[in-house]
Amino acid sequence: MRTNYPKIVEIAETKSEAKDIKTFRFRYNKKVSTGQFFMVWIPGIDEIPMSASYTDNFKGVTVEKIGEATSALFKMKKGDKIGIRGPYGNGFKTPKDRVLFVAGGTGIIPVASLAEKIKKKNSLIVFGAKTKKELFFIKRIKKSCSKLLISTDDGSFGYHGFASDLAKKVLEKEKFNQIITCGPEIMMKKILDLGLEYKIPVQASLERYMKCGIGICDSCAINGYHVCRDGPVFDDRTLRKMRDFGKFKRDASGRRVRI
Amino acid sequence: MKLSTEISGLKMRNPTVLASGVLGETGESLLNVARNGAGAVTTKSIGIKPKKGNKNPTVLETEHGLINAVGLANPGIDEYENEIKIALKSKIPVIGSIFGKDKKEFVYLAKKMGSFGVSAVELNLSCPHAKGYGIEIGDDKKLVYDIVKNLKKSVDIPVFVKISVHTNIVSLAKNIESAKADAIVAVNSLKGMKIDLDLRMPVLSNKIGGYSGPGIKPVGVRTVYEIASSVKIPVIGCGGIMNGEDAVEYMMAGASAVQIGSGVYYRGVDVFRKICKEIKTWMKKNSYKKIDEIVGIGLR
Ligand SMILES: Cc1cc2nc3c(=O)[nH]c(=O)nc-3n(C[C@H](O)[C@H](O)[C@H](O)COP(=O)(O)OP(=O)(O)OC[C@H]3O[C@@H](n4cnc5c(N)ncnc54)[C@H](O)[C@@H]3O)c2cc1C
Ligand SMILES: Cc1cc2nc3c(=O)[nH]c(=O)nc-3n(C[C@H](O)[C@H](O)[C@H](O)COP(=O)(O)O)c2cc1C
Repeated sequence: MRTNYPKIVEIAETKSEAKDIKTFRFRYNKKVSTGQFFMVWIPGIDEIPMSASYTDNFKGVTVEKIGEATSALFKMKKGDKIGIRGPYGNGFKTPKDRVLFVAGGTGIIPVASLAEKIKKKNSLIVFGAKTKKELFFIKRIKKSCSKLLISTDDGSFGYHGFASDLAKKVLEKEKFNQIITCGPEIMMKKILDLGLEYKIPVQASLERYMKCGIGICDSCAINGYHVCRDGPVFDDRTLRKMRDFGKFKRDASGRRVRI
Repeated sequence: MKLSTEISGLKMRNPTVLASGVLGETGESLLNVARNGAGAVTTKSIGIKPKKGNKNPTVLETEHGLINAVGLANPGIDEYENEIKIALKSKIPVIGSIFGKDKKEFVYLAKKMGSFGVSAVELNLSCPHAKGYGIEIGDDKKLVYDIVKNLKKSVDIPVFVKISVHTNIVSLAKNIESAKADAIVAVNSLKGMKIDLDLRMPVLSNKIGGYSGPGIKPVGVRTVYEIASSVKIPVIGCGGIMNGEDAVEYMMAGASAVQIGSGVYYRGVDVFRKICKEIKTWMKKNSYKKIDEIVGIGLR
């Protein structure tokens, strides 16, 4: 049995979500839970980690174009072939009612997929982006949550400021039993601190440079944990033990660099 | 029953050692391996400067093992001091693996490793997938002799030499012994390739990779047997060790200790504790009291 080997699939559908954000759908019949990720092989270019943005049989990843591999993927069309390994990682634990989701940028990808799965009308999503043009998945979120609050760093839409500041305002007024967050690590660090202040458990989904995806190459290590295998979702107790959380990550060579 | 052993002055609570390149890029992962029962740990192979390694895909599973072409990714020796400092808290021997392109680089790296406080250095003369390094140097008998000879003059800590099967093993091993190396580590992963049938192309970005895991065990056992039959210095066996009986087999072939890499993938990071338990079970069943009694009994 070879499980950790790329399965070649055809891109069945692509959809532009926003400027430089595209969803790629493909058929891949392994069971995937929200918060897990795939290693996506773009033949001849690279293999990169991508959260599952759709977890039924018609799977999907939603990609932001930021560099060589994602640009190459953006050029691919329906019928083109990519390799999929996984799913990897633990995924989110099904949260207790009532949930506050806090997502920044592409962090909305696993968050929207989880909100859609649990379908709790009383949960609330705080979604922050740099600017209005970078907002996506809005319709999808509105279908699964009663409330969506948006912030933009430049004030072009919704609350003018950071998602973490907006989340703080929300927490001052409303009660929650669980916080789920994904986005820039500085933001997630602030959310972890808010969770502590308001005594609400937090689950956060982390990103680190990945190679093997199966917990042996050590490139996604953070203080003895491996994001590919022990994560990418960690709870507040574990996050507080990670001295590098919100401060340092490692580049492709393993050097510890500031976030 | 006594699992503890000593190799070239390195006191180990048991003969299981973490192989280089698996969970060895960060100090905290090395600590975690120590907590999971290893007798010693080997670091990722470290070079002079930070190296990103090859593009992904770099690690795949094949039918009987793993195939990798990580490409000696490492943060560079200066940066690595911090990781060693953390790993040393484990109180078990830390073996510093190094790779260089020539004598000068190896001496420089070994001195640095020594100053960081490692118990021994391991020369990677066998990486099958990094241009200008590893195998490309390990295949040159004279160069290997020269590197080891120079190293022994420049550092006080034991020098281990890790070799590849893609060379004339016996004559290389004799050369390494005559250059006064303290131990030989065998084997590194074997040169391999995986071609995808749908895409009709090699999957690894580097095309060629190193094959490791269960499938290479017979090759490793044979290599250790040949080396142990021809030199007196200790041999550390490596390649496809998944359980206690695999370890015992290597020790019968002449290995004084064993390294485990892919086993971490197949059985989890506590593979070291599991293997020690299984060795003990075997020893009990066969009435051995000390692990050293097994070493080389298969050399017949
Ligand atoms: C668990 C996980 C889930 C992710 N999910 C998504 C997602 O759903 N959508 C999305 O758009 N992005 C996601 N990412 C980030 C995505 O992997 C990177 O944006 C992508 O690898 C960039 O590749 P590139 O060649 O285009 O960029 P490059 O120019 O190569 O690099 C740009 C940045 O991407 C990061 N990166 C490059 N290669 C890797 C790698 N192998 N592993 C981790 N980071 C890398 C680098 O740190 C660098 O900062 C996820 C990352 C992780 C770890
Ligand atoms: C992902 C991976 C990375 C490796 N990196 C190195 C390395 O940096 N230096 C080295 O000497 N050997 C490296 N090796 C080889 C192992 O140390 C070991 O010799 C080989 O895998 C055979 O043992 P095994 O079957 O127990 O894995 C690596 C192996 C793997 C699987």
